[in-house]
Amino acid sequence: MKKVIMGNHALSFGAMLSRARVISAYPITPQTQVVELLSEMCAEGTLDAKFIKVESEHSAMASCIGASVAGARTFTATSSQGLALMHEMLHWASGGRHPIVMGNINRSMAPGWSIWTDQNDSLSERDTGWMQYYCASNQEVLDTVIQAFKVSEALMIPAMVILDAFALSHTYEVVDVPDQAAVDQYLPPFEPEIRLTPSDPHAFGGLTGPEHYFELRYKLQKDMEKAPALIEETGREYEKIFGRYLGLVDEYQCADADLLFVTSGTAGFTAKVAVDQLRAEGVKAGNLRIKVLRPFPFATIRKIVGRAKKVAVVDRNISYGYHGIFYQEVKAALCGEPKSPPLFGYITGLGGRDIMPESFKEIAGHALARDRADEEIVWIGVKK
Amino acid sequence: MKDKKAKKIVFKSAEEMPAMVISIGSQTHNLTGAWRNIRPEIDLAKCLKCGICWKFCPEPSIDVVDEWPVVDYDYCKGCGICAEECPAKCIAMVEERK
Repeated sequence: MKKVIMGNHALSFGAMLSRARVISAYPITPQTQVVELLSEMCAEGTLDAKFIKVESEHSAMASCIGASVAGARTFTATSSQGLALMHEMLHWASGGRHPIVMGNINRSMAPGWSIWTDQNDSLSERDTGWMQYYCASNQEVLDTVIQAFKVSEALMIPAMVILDAFALSHTYEVVDVPDQAAVDQYLPPFEPEIRLTPSDPHAFGGLTGPEHYFELRYKLQKDMEKAPALIEETGREYEKIFGRYLGLVDEYQCADADLLFVTSGTAGFTAKVAVDQLRAEGVKAGNLRIKVLRPFPFATIRKIVGRAKKVAVVDRNISYGYHGIFYQEVKAALCGEPKSPPLFGYITGLGGRDIMPESFKEIAGHALARDRADEEIVWIGVKK
Repeated sequence: MKDKKAKKIVFKSAEEMPAMVISIGSQTHNLTGAWRNIRPEIDLAKCLKCGICWKFCPEPSIDVVDEWPVVDYDYCKGCGICAEECPAKCIAMVEERK
């Protein structure tokens, strides 16, 4: 059924249709409506789940871990400062192999106190062992929650479904909300092989010496490496039932692109508009939106980016003292490739400053006028 | 009761290990009682069998056997919480002699 819903409610409907059994969360702008709607569903009985109210995000994630160990499909959502407060527990969730799915609304880290979007909150958690999906539409948010549970539970690795503050979280779009029966067919109940149960008692997360810890981390990486193929496979399966493919990246006019934008999140949607406008002006532009950052889809990105003439990576984030984080990742993917195109790195839109089609035109003007970047970071839209 | 003679688990390969960190058995061999400088000694003649020491022990290294408290010295770290909480003051913290 088609509904006009905000991005936050797309997360809620995704969790509802996935039949999450435990939801534990602490409200934070701009995430609040995600869990507000889920708590209403639990109260009304439209969702058969336990809603746990907690005093902090650290406790929210801790109780999600407990519920997941007990074998419950578990969902939560947070943003920015809340995600940062969860940091320790994020390692517990991935290291303990608990396939929790969490919505994170990209909101800039304070100070200056901000509720507007950029990606530094989730990118600060890049190396925690969680999968990260960056979404560009409310439809993609809803669909990805369902797929994320399927992939996470197969690999026993938790996942973040990430969307931009306000640009998606509070923006209403038409979303095709799938039938429950069809989702049930796609996503069977969570049946972990090992769970916390009195009939088969185990100690979880105990002291692990140097003779075993290394192997646990090796296994986490090996399972993470299975994720790109599994995401594509479950994405095709999703397409068969629901008509929408869910892949690692979103390609738009990439095949013959002289100038390829590499983007993520809603900026990747705006980039398509800019690509159309640039093509109308005779510039063969293309857009590769990276949807899955962890696991990093090396092979796919190497293939698509490698054949472009020039590449402009657009980051709504920064690793202070180095560069935009997607830029680093793309650069690393191309390192050692015999014929890699010139790469340009742009930082824009920090703290929720709008990224407009004009921003991409400015980027195109800069990249097309040069054979290589004469400065490492090119800032777009900053008042220098 | 804890099986103190359990064989130490050492996996030979990642393959045979569970991905989850479960029941690796490290505490059957890591006898934390070795950390102790002072040991609790219970004067059962004064003990009220109230169970407060059992309840407060953070390890938990006090078992209740036939209603009487028994300290498990393999794991008791000698924190002294039991002695502090005992209403009958029947637990003395005595210096360990090495």
